[in-house]
Amino acid sequence: MAEIVRRRKNISRYFIILIIILVTIVYIVPLLYIITTSFKSWSDVQKVPPTLTFKPSIGAYIRIFTARTVYPAGTKLTEEQIEDLSWFDRILYFETGEKFVRVGDLPKRYINSIIIGSISTVITIILGTLAAYGFSRFKLRGKDDLLFFILSTRMLPPVVVIIPIFLMFRALRFTDTHIGLIILYTAFNVSFAVWVLKGFIDEIPTEYEEAAMVDGYTRFQAFLKIVLPQAATGIAATAVFCFIFAWNEYAFAFILSRRVAQTVPAWLPYQMGVLGYDWGAAAAGTFLFLLPAMIFTIILRKHLLRGITFGAIRK
Amino acid sequence: MFRISGKKQSAATVFYRSMRDQTLLRLFILPTIILLIVINIFPLFWSLILSFSDYSAKRTTEWGKNPEMIGAENYSKILMSRDMWQKFIVTAKFVVLAVGAEMILGFFIALLLYQTNFFGKGFITTLLILPMTMSPVVVGLMWKLFYNPNWGLFNYLLGLGKIDWTSDPRWNLYGCVIVDVWMWTPFVMLLALAGLSAVPKYLYEAAEVDRASWWFKFSRITMPMVYPLLLVALIFRTMEAFKVFDIVMGLTGRGAMAPQVLSMYLYNVGFVTWKTSFGSALGYIMLIIIIAITSVFIKYLNRAKT
Repeated sequence: MAEIVRRRKNISRYFIILIIILVTIVYIVPLLYIITTSFKSWSDVQKVPPTLTFKPSIGAYIRIFTARTVYPAGTKLTEEQIEDLSWFDRILYFETGEKFVRVGDLPKRYINSIIIGSISTVITIILGTLAAYGFSRFKLRGKDDLLFFILSTRMLPPVVVIIPIFLMFRALRFTDTHIGLIILYTAFNVSFAVWVLKGFIDEIPTEYEEAAMVDGYTRFQAFLKIVLPQAATGIAATAVFCFIFAWNEYAFAFILSRRVAQTVPAWLPYQMGVLGYDWGAAAAGTFLFLLPAMIFTIILRKHLLRGITFGAIRK
Repeated sequence: MFRISGKKQSAATVFYRSMRDQTLLRLFILPTIILLIVINIFPLFWSLILSFSDYSAKRTTEWGKNPEMIGAENYSKILMSRDMWQKFIVTAKFVVLAVGAEMILGFFIALLLYQTNFFGKGFITTLLILPMTMSPVVVGLMWKLFYNPNWGLFNYLLGLGKIDWTSDPRWNLYGCVIVDVWMWTPFVMLLALAGLSAVPKYLYEAAEVDRASWWFKFSRITMPMVYPLLLVALIFRTMEAFKVFDIVMGLTGRGAMAPQVLSMYLYNVGFVTWKTSFGSALGYIMLIIIIAITSVFIKYLNRAKT
């Protein structure tokens, strides 16, 4: 009897595992498809039905990073000329019949994304940690209202606030500048940072600081030397979140930057290449852009829920 | 302000310390508040004033003449026009379909994951949560490739022929719903898992002793414990789905064929046809809806804390 029950339990267990694995496979198919597409050569990308076996090529990655021209019609390079080409030119020649001209716009967009993301993250974390400590440790009249106000600024849909911000930035000549986007991202991340960091600081017992202050530390010293080191993990996790938000942000970047300060998300959807739609290059750009976020997700998976719910769920 | 443990301190010291605490508090909090007021609140008031005028960012301003105050005309135009209600309905359709599917699928996967332990469970969970931190616009772009009616994998795998999920107005709203569900189901799943693992094991053991049915255990033990977290998920997803913009832009672009959810329409009004003040008014209506949803969330949050 017990044997039968156990066996039945085992069967249902394997069944559940099977379903989970199926769900997971369905789930990662789009990702795998993008990755494989990005490594397909020009002619393989558009094959119907999609090929599963193909010769990997990094042509798409070369195309997303470069600006190129087509060789004049009827050009056929001799063996020697091909020998003389650099490795990427050779790949371009064989795949799409193109010639390297210069490095494309993508590296500059990446640099913009990194500069804007990291500077705004640093400012956000400094402001956010200070405010979170203030809210966590001090009495303040109307504290809950103030915290609600801070959170509510984050809930504003970007498209709603963007009209007046656009007008303001235009008057201040901030459109299409790094500083404009940095200020904007700082303002939109700081409310998030205050809420999440307040949660982390709330978890640190006040006794440590009190003991330190009894021993003669000032409040500020206690904050620097006792609280900050203990909140370090939380601060690091919050910083990564802020960076990802800035890295991913689209609406503001799309409307408020054109060329100089344009970030990758604002640029990528509109670059399909010169030879009609270059889907391989689009896949390569997409994968390269999503990769950092994926890596951060894996690192942050313990804090993910907390970050996305603004510290409401502490698991 | 803080409890003074240990030795006695004179009243003067306490006062001095609390004074300094007050200045420190101001120094700590004020920069954030000022930044938020300048970048978020001031523009909001500006757009409130604009919403009662006929301002357009493309016309030159002549004081006293050009941006004319026209009262609540923008608002009445929005609320009276049938076209606008159509956009509200499209948005509501998106929210209901996407959030509904996310809640059901997310909770279902969480139940499956919770019930079994097996080698590689952590790895599978990590794979499932990968989409959550991706850039929505780039996810939209990625699915545009995946959906491609000629050589994309999606239709091929499902045997759907040549349905165009990105530019056919009959299908592209559903195309966006599928992407949103793909991206955010793991979020619901994670929250539900957090709720499930907080259920004390002894409750199930006690129910087992009483030979309770599967349904009894589910409805009397599991659901009441998981319900608050599912509510958080629901509110978060509703709010975000209501604002959806990035995914639609990435997937369908800004053309006339794109599904006209409110954010898309607002973008077109504000930055394509440059009816700035009309856009501001529409923005305010959206804002009121968002605030209503947010305050429900905050109320819940405060109750959960106590």
